Amino acid sequence: MSITIRSITKTFGGFTALRDITLDVPTGELVALLGPSGCGKTTLLRIIAGLETADSGEVLFDGKSAARTSVRDRRVGFVFQHYALFRHMSVFENVAFGLRVRPREFRPSKAEVRDRVHALLRLVQVEHLADYHPSALSGGQRQRVALARALAVEPKVLLLDEPFGALDAKVREELRRWLRRLHDELNVTSVFVTHDQEEALEVSDRVVVMNAGMIEQVGTPEQVYDHPATPFVYTFLGHVNIFHGRVHKGRASIGAVEIDAPDHADAENAPAVAYARPHELEVAARPSTPADLEATIVRVRFAGASVRLELKTAAGEPLEVELARSRFSELGLARGQTVFVTLKNLRLFGNGRPE
Amino acid sequence: MTARRKRKSILPGFGLTLGFTMLYLSLLVLLPLFTLFLKSATLTWSRFWEIVTSDRVVASYELSFSAALIAAAVDAVFGLLVAWVLARYTFPGKRIIDGLVDLPFALPTAVAGISLTAVYAETGWIGAPLARLGIKAAFTPLGVVIALVFIALPFVVRTVQPVIQNLDREDEEAAASLGASRFAAFRRVILPTLLPAVLTGFALAFARALGEYGSVVFISGNMPMRTEITPLVIMTKLEQFDYAGAAAVAVVMLVASFFCLVATNMLQLWGRRRGVWA
Amino acid sequence: MPPTDAARQTARPEERPIRATHASRAATEPPLVRWTLIAVAVLFLALFLIVPLVAVFAQALEKGVGVYVKALSDPDALSAVRLTLLAAATAVVSNLVFGVAAAWAIAKFDFHGKNILVALISLPFSVSPVISGMVFVLLFGASGIFGPWLSAHGLKIIFAVPGILVATTFVTLPFIVSELIPLMEAQGDEDEEAALALGATGWRTFLRVTLPNIKWGLLYGVILCNARAMGEFGAVSVVSGHIRPVTITLPLHVEILYNEYKFSAAFAVASLLTLLALVTLVAKALVEGRAKAPRLPAEFAQARGARPA
Repeated sequence: MSITIRSITKTFGGFTALRDITLDVPTGELVALLGPSGCGKTTLLRIIAGLETADSGEVLFDGKSAARTSVRDRRVGFVFQHYALFRHMSVFENVAFGLRVRPREFRPSKAEVRDRVHALLRLVQVEHLADYHPSALSGGQRQRVALARALAVEPKVLLLDEPFGALDAKVREELRRWLRRLHDELNVTSVFVTHDQEEALEVSDRVVVMNAGMIEQVGTPEQVYDHPATPFVYTFLGHVNIFHGRVHKGRASIGAVEIDAPDHADAENAPAVAYARPHELEVAARPSTPADLEATIVRVRFAGASVRLELKTAAGEPLEVELARSRFSELGLARGQTVFVTLKNLRLFGNGRPE
Repeated sequence: MTARRKRKSILPGFGLTLGFTMLYLSLLVLLPLFTLFLKSATLTWSRFWEIVTSDRVVASYELSFSAALIAAAVDAVFGLLVAWVLARYTFPGKRIIDGLVDLPFALPTAVAGISLTAVYAETGWIGAPLARLGIKAAFTPLGVVIALVFIALPFVVRTVQPVIQNLDREDEEAAASLGASRFAAFRRVILPTLLPAVLTGFALAFARALGEYGSVVFISGNMPMRTEITPLVIMTKLEQFDYAGAAAVAVVMLVASFFCLVATNMLQLWGRRRGVWA
Repeated sequence: MPPTDAARQTARPEERPIRATHASRAATEPPLVRWTLIAVAVLFLALFLIVPLVAVFAQALEKGVGVYVKALSDPDALSAVRLTLLAAATAVVSNLVFGVAAAWAIAKFDFHGKNILVALISLPFSVSPVISGMVFVLLFGASGIFGPWLSAHGLKIIFAVPGILVATTFVTLPFIVSELIPLMEAQGDEDEEAALALGATGWRTFLRVTLPNIKWGLLYGVILCNARAMGEFGAVSVVSGHIRPVTITLPLHVEILYNEYKFSAAFAVASLLTLLALVTLVAKALVEGRAKAPRLPAEFAQARGARPA
């Protein structure tokens, strides 16, 4: 089932949570709503579920308006951030719940319920915990039960609210991959909310980057990472170095570097901001181009397989460069050493505004 | 609340405060209660048994017990309703009503007694319409029940209300997203969570109603064998200087209170295991 | 329990995201159901609480304001007021001292038999008022354990004012301590330990650190203790002997007037006590507001598991 969101606006008291949001989620896609706290992503998810009503705009499922359909009837599977498992029921009873509360005509028989529930528990690998209560389970297990419970009602759409937010890093990673595999198997249209950009990039088919109630960019993980549309997207997805300079008639000067800026052909000596990712900058003991920035290594940090260098330019500005361990050892760099940084792959935004 | 393992405290004053506490309690609680058992021990077993099973006394048990049970049950149902309405909804005058729920707790029982009698007597504001329906409230067991419903109400409401306030709405949203009607969600998700609290409130209400005196003796009419409650039996024996007899019946009442206490604590524990009081 | 569950459960409304403070459509009843439930609840409360409350004043003023004032200025009534005030003051003061001492011992220290101690303290809550009075008759009455000794020394407790003071103190014993124990346990020892580490003596620490911390709980307990002390009927009825006017408190005075069919006078005095009850409710609400959390009266605290861990 596809989801179409048209011009959704939502305010809470004086606070605008969503401004005129329009989005399309084709059938079978796994979409991530990514953004910082308070950007409205959870509100949007809840509006899709029918747990909140928008002030204006509409939600369409397969082209049909869901305005008059209550959350009960929308056939959405919702997985809550803190699972919302019924504490007084066993795992089995939790998963069976959606089947048991169906109106008489649609209620499966006891045997059918049993088979379905066990099949789902097997799918999420908690079948051996069927008789336990949620309090006896670990966070990861609870999350899987919550997922099984949502899937039990055969939803057309799966909505997950920060599903792995409350879990340890290791468990989070495992479940992330597991969710992706599950989605590939079931192919249910899914939307999940997260503030973790790594998660969004790793799991989803498409990422919707949100900020302050608005959509900044929609695209595949590669698209939003390699071709960010706005400074916010750029800075939100990964580390960033910021350079200030000026742009004039299609040509930008960032420090000593001059680059072509065809999108700013009309600019008249306007301020500009350029971004570069730490791993896209090159360091060497000697300058390789005249435009290289001279900087001193202030700190060396080992981050697993890579090394992060904190640098300070002659002008006193901070820089961060990331390189592989092997390269670092090759160069024989150390704290206090002066190096030369080649600026490559600069992404330019005029005056910090999206182009 | 997490259990804190207390290491030996460096705070002073233990000896002083504990000593004073033990002294105060011994003088004011232990000693008096001890004399109660002492006095009833002056009776032989057969005499004791004779007194506590005499017709009039047994009739009072029946009345006290059944009236307390019915009143506690009524309070459990309507107390839950009132607690729900106060915890979940807003309406004009809610704050005042919320405060008034504690009235039976703050009002002297004698005042409650005469007021309820005036209201439910055949000439009273509510008693008159009831009389036209053929229902006599004051001076009947029904009157006793009404007085006990008044007295014990806050015990249910104030026990259940905070639990309702702490209910996680996400559970209800989850139930709705899984297709449950509001009523099904209430029956299957909310009510089971509230049950330990409601039962605890019931037990507290029952215990209080069992021993109630002041608010009942006016509305009941105090007719022996019909509308006489057990505390009044004790009072009557005291007035006749039958101290041993009074002590005997008092022992029976204390045993009943003890069982109520045990039941309440077990319900407490059950609730804690269910995570109700969190 | 994993920390995330604890966090979820203890997160107060102001800590939850803004959307969570609005009841979602899915977790509310339709308006018709809501208003029906409200109507039934209010009707129930009207029948059992509001009407009797109003009736007190209606009956008191039935024969006019003149009769009302006369009933209140009657010397017997005034003497009853004095005795009631005395009983309340005695009960509050002694139970205050006891409450603070007992709460300190129980909340700040671990020792064997702590649970039994707490159960003993809660005893007056579960005992019927008539029995509460009777035990003192058995102890101090003419044929009681100390009876002969008392009469030999010309002392009278039962059927005299001291008996009333003792009975009232017994009945209201747990109120203050039951408020303080959970409060002090929740507050922990850190403040006191800090004070001691800075060189303060035990007394100093208590007066300048503990007392300010517990002041609202203390006040709350005092309010409840006072309300119950002034309104106590059953226990006082047993020990008083109904010797007019010496051993007549306000509730007993109400009873006497009522039994003599002086209804308006009885309700007039009752209205005084009712006003006191209303003042108690208001004071309670104010203190709850200050303490920033709705409090259960102490009678529930003992059963609510607010006992030492």
